[in-house]
Amino acid sequence: MSLDPSFVGRTYPPTAPYQVGREKIREFATAIGATEAAHHDPEAARALGHPDVIAPPTFPVVLTMAASRQIIEDPALGVDYSRVVHGDQRFAYNRPVVAGDELICANTIEDVSNRGGHGFLTTRTEVTTSAGEPVVTVWSKIVVRGEG
Amino acid sequence: MELPARTFRVTRADLVRYAGASGDFNPIHWSDRTATKVGLPGVIAHGMFTMALVGRAVTDWAGAPDAVVDYSVRFTRPVVVPDDDQGTEIEVTATVREVTEDGLTRLDITATCLGEKVLSQARATIRTPG
Repeated sequence: MSLDPSFVGRTYPPTAPYQVGREKIREFATAIGATEAAHHDPEAARALGHPDVIAPPTFPVVLTMAASRQIIEDPALGVDYSRVVHGDQRFAYNRPVVAGDELICANTIEDVSNRGGHGFLTTRTEVTTSAGEPVVTVWSKIVVRGEG
Repeated sequence: MELPARTFRVTRADLVRYAGASGDFNPIHWSDRTATKVGLPGVIAHGMFTMALVGRAVTDWAGAPDAVVDYSVRFTRPVVVPDDDQGTEIEVTATVREVTEDGLTRLDITATCLGEKVLSQARATIRTPG
């Protein structure tokens, strides 16, 4: 089943606010082996000019992956999640995510195509604080593998 | 300029810990039964776990955990993680492609597992260490 190209340009309602916890950042940093003090110790982060511990660069995927469900699970688009593989990923940062941030994701479908029996879907997620401050823009491209 | 290579060992336990921390519980990252059913050779690492490890190399090279301005990869091959104590290894190298006048350094990154590239078009822009 191919993806519907008319979805290009579609935007989705912003997600409910995500409260970034200090312990969640520590847990994520520990899981990837990131031992820099600024991920664990608020004083070390403050010494770098941040209000609290900072998240490692790929941490925003915790939010954006959850937020992308509103697209992946849109029956009209036709993504079969069991056939999805991750193609590309990009983060463009205004600043690191910091403990205490309250973040909102706004999704846009940037590109939809079908080639060689596979579907390709590129989404852009603007991650901002609930006050509207831009934090990071995240692009993700998934491939929906064709049958057989 | 070539940056010093970094090697990261990846075991099944790392994948389980990453699944919990990231919220990505796709069973292809912990169940051989599921992974082989969808045509994979076995359990594979989350692409985003590989990207996170490479990100550690980038922040190490930058010398600061908050120096990354832009970071992008393409996932080209799965990282298969055997169910033993050794797991597998990801080797990461990078070259400096450009140092801009406005204080940014652009890196071209190579990540391999068992001699095969697992990422392509892997690039990072960092604030130039100073």
